[in-house]
Amino acid sequence: MRTRRWLPYALLIPGILWLAIFFIAPMFNLGATSLYDPNGSLDTGYRMTFHVANYGDALSQYYPQFLRSFSYAGIATISALIIAYPLAYAIAFKSGRWKNFLLVLVIAPFFTSFLVRTLAWTAILGDNSTFVHFLHTIHLLGPQGRILATPVAVITGLTYNFLPFMTLPLYASLEKIDPRLIEASSDLYASAFTGFRKVTVPLSLPGVVAGTLLTFIPASGDYINATLLGQGARTSMIGNVIDSAFLVRLAYPLAAALSFMLMAAIVGIVIFYIRRAGTEELV
Amino acid sequence: MAQAESVGGDLQLVHLTKMFATFTAVDDLNLVIPKGSFFALLGPSGCGKTTTLRMVAGLEEPTSGQIMIGEKDISFERPYRRPVNTVFQSYALFPHLDIFENVAFGLRRRKVKEVKSQVEAILSLVELDGFARRMPAQLSGGQQQRVALARALINKPEVLLLDEPLGALDLKLRRQMQIELKRIQVEVGITFVHVTHDQEEAMTMADTIAVMNGGKVEQMGSPTELYENPRTTFVANFLGQSNLISGKVFERSDDLGVELYGNRIRVPRSRTSSNSDSLWVGVRPEKINITLADRPIPAANVIPGVVTDASYIGVSTQYLVKTAWSEELMVFEQNLLNSGARPGDSVNLSWDPAHTFALDANQDVDAGVEVPEADS
Ligand SMILES: Nc1ncnc2c1ncn2[C@@H]1O[C@H](COP(=O)(O)OP(=O)(O)OP(=O)(O)O)[C@@H](O)[C@H]1O
Ligand SMILES: [Mg+2]
Repeated sequence: MRTRRWLPYALLIPGILWLAIFFIAPMFNLGATSLYDPNGSLDTGYRMTFHVANYGDALSQYYPQFLRSFSYAGIATISALIIAYPLAYAIAFKSGRWKNFLLVLVIAPFFTSFLVRTLAWTAILGDNSTFVHFLHTIHLLGPQGRILATPVAVITGLTYNFLPFMTLPLYASLEKIDPRLIEASSDLYASAFTGFRKVTVPLSLPGVVAGTLLTFIPASGDYINATLLGQGARTSMIGNVIDSAFLVRLAYPLAAALSFMLMAAIVGIVIFYIRRAGTEELV
Repeated sequence: MAQAESVGGDLQLVHLTKMFATFTAVDDLNLVIPKGSFFALLGPSGCGKTTTLRMVAGLEEPTSGQIMIGEKDISFERPYRRPVNTVFQSYALFPHLDIFENVAFGLRRRKVKEVKSQVEAILSLVELDGFARRMPAQLSGGQQQRVALARALINKPEVLLLDEPLGALDLKLRRQMQIELKRIQVEVGITFVHVTHDQEEAMTMADTIAVMNGGKVEQMGSPTELYENPRTTFVANFLGQSNLISGKVFERSDDLGVELYGNRIRVPRSRTSSNSDSLWVGVRPEKINITLADRPIPAANVIPGVVTDASYIGVSTQYLVKTAWSEELMVFEQNLLNSGARPGDSVNLSWDPAHTFALDANQDVDAGVEVPEADS
């Protein structure tokens, strides 16, 4: 029988159509918008003037928010990694018959909305919360000190919200590790800790890379945590700027330019990161 | 580290027992494995071979008993402190490290100097020069097996444990690796404990074989001794094939006179492992002469019968001969001595008394018959 060479391509069609309609077309639109004359408005209409200066203006005005976004997202990613690794490790190797139950717990937060969960954190971190009172009692926080409306609150929210995206890929790659490899390392004079460092960690790297990307990328574009937990300009992230530029100020060219730069920056960071990960320089 | 200066010596298992919940996987095992020997643990699937090795390696804790190397009790030493290395059944090569780093793993952990020259030397011993920078996934099964061997051997352990290391290889490569392993063992002089359920593999490689069954050692000895003088029905059936015939002792003198359904035969005392008067009398199929009923009989122990089946398999012809009491005996006749017997012919089966052995009748005659085929 002749192989049907066109079949694989035919199977690609729905996916390509989807991407063309919902990704590529909007991208063009966004790219075009970012080059419109910034003096236009929704009422008067926009003129295409290839106004590249939109980018320079946006960057010089909002680079602090860019830097803040990436540092918050970076710290949240590292915190999530530190919390998720032992968690995923325990679920993969030590949980026995509780494994499935624990995995359900990891994804349980998805049963309520992102917004509601973040709102719940305003109560947990609020000025009158038990947690903050406790911090006052042990003098970790001064008498006037607060958590809500600080960078700590935003980073805590980001860490919490994206934790499952870190935990699940880590779990998947840890769970795949053949326990006989750990036995082999102990047979070859590696103590439990050395075996962990030389065998478990390197073999879980794909999970680390996937988890950090899945956490870092959405975290750096997030604005809900900054809005609800940051509550002010001192903690606003680039997502907040884009949000208000699009929806409040209706400054479309500016918003589009910021969006494009955010995307480019993330792609740049990700490529750099994956290159490093590929050569195992991350550990 | 410890293994560098330890004196070494024989590996001894003393009353070694391992229970999983209520199931006894290894049952009061007592073995002395001489330093520098090639020792095989042979037994059917599930008889406790792997569990025994894992206890020696420290990957499983004994329920009771001791493991000694020379004078040193290592029963509760951590695995990474034992002067023992393992070639795992599945190889367990580290997939993220290349061949060089896999082999160097043990040296690096012990902070040994001159890693490079040692790795190169051992890779050339297992004939893998030039493969140092490949990843394990890029090697064939046989090559991976040799890497696993090199990775263990390079540490010069007191004892090297091999858990069915050839199980995954095809027959031809397996035979080749058997010869190779034996050569390497002679060259390095390390004690090898080789686990297998392939009796041919154990026979061709080992100086000493312990046949295990149900967590216990049935019999231990050289391949010749086990084959020629089995002491249990299990060993008689598991190592090669045996004809076992029920008999009663009627005379005890320099040798034993035993009556097999009216046929009187002789058995040497040295080959009788029971004082009972009821015995299983055994003889290997290739030790039996088959002659047509009207021809002269070449040996002293004789049983008449009728041929029911003859199959020519090249090197020999295999006969099934039915006796007066309806037992089918197996005879392998070399194709040099063609008796011309055909199905339906009356024949005499005869063999030298020296080739006869006798076992206690108080055992299952079919124990060990189902030899697991070399499948894995
Ligand atoms: N962790 C365990 N828990 C419970 N039972 C076990 C465990 N490990 C082994 N066993 C049982 O102990 C017995 C001996 O197992 P072992 O792996 O030593 O067999 P083996 O002789 O190596 O067999 P094979 O030739 O199939 O590898 C088996 O019946 C097995 O089911
Ligand atoms: Mg086994």
